[in-house]
Amino acid sequence: MNHLESYLILSALLFSLGLYTVITRKNGVAILMGIELILNAANINFVAFSKFVTHQVEGHLMAIFIIMLAAAEAAVALAIILNLYNDQGNINVDEADALKR
Amino acid sequence: MSEVIFWVIWVLVVISAMIVAYSKNLIYSVFSLLATFVGVAAIYIFLNADFIAVTQIVIYVGGILVLLIFGIMLTNRIAVAKINQSSFQTSLGMVVVGAVFVILVITILGQSWPVLAESMDFDSTVGKIGTLLFGDYLILFEVASILLLGALIGAATLARKEL
Repeated sequence: MNHLESYLILSALLFSLGLYTVITRKNGVAILMGIELILNAANINFVAFSKFVTHQVEGHLMAIFIIMLAAAEAAVALAIILNLYNDQGNINVDEADALKR
Repeated sequence: MSEVIFWVIWVLVVISAMIVAYSKNLIYSVFSLLATFVGVAAIYIFLNADFIAVTQIVIYVGGILVLLIFGIMLTNRIAVAKINQSSFQTSLGMVVVGAVFVILVITILGQSWPVLAESMDFDSTVGKIGTLLFGDYLILFEVASILLLGALIGAATLARKEL
């Protein structure tokens, strides 16, 4: 727990699993979950570097702004997904080929 | 003792993230995402980031996860208890993601990071974060508030019945 590498490997694992979710899922909400995993991985990196390398709290500030951006992004994405559901009856992103029908 | 707890949480985060990525049932995915978020908050506590850990619990678990569950419930027939989801391009995705992960691990382990000589603990980060947020980072803070207002109005506009 006192090695930077253990946190970086954890964050690399979370990033890879999030990327896998984004690549392979069809469901829009599942893709959003993958994006949240990726953002969490980035946050772990910021906080770990700010403890082990710089010992300043600037990394924590970046983590706060990332969390805030994730909240804004989730709200807007879910509004879009609800519209997609009203338009085509499901939220499979591979079937979404029209902006309006 | 805390070393053991750290590795237990480490493994828990990875396993629950794997369930998010591989589960056939969307409800299982979203509830193991809950375990991932709480586990990451515990990891923040091991990094002495008390404020970030609490923010993670409040915003991710209390806000974003509830939004995701709402999204699932509003876009599926709830009468069907098992909400399936399908994946595609799994083998190709596995190859790409495996390659990305191997490259990341090689980079992480092959680098000599400029780590501080003795690892120091933060006593409390809340005061320092507040000072920075209303000092050097004030413009970023205000821009963030404008962005949140825009996201609020945009989401409310997009989610209306008649667009």
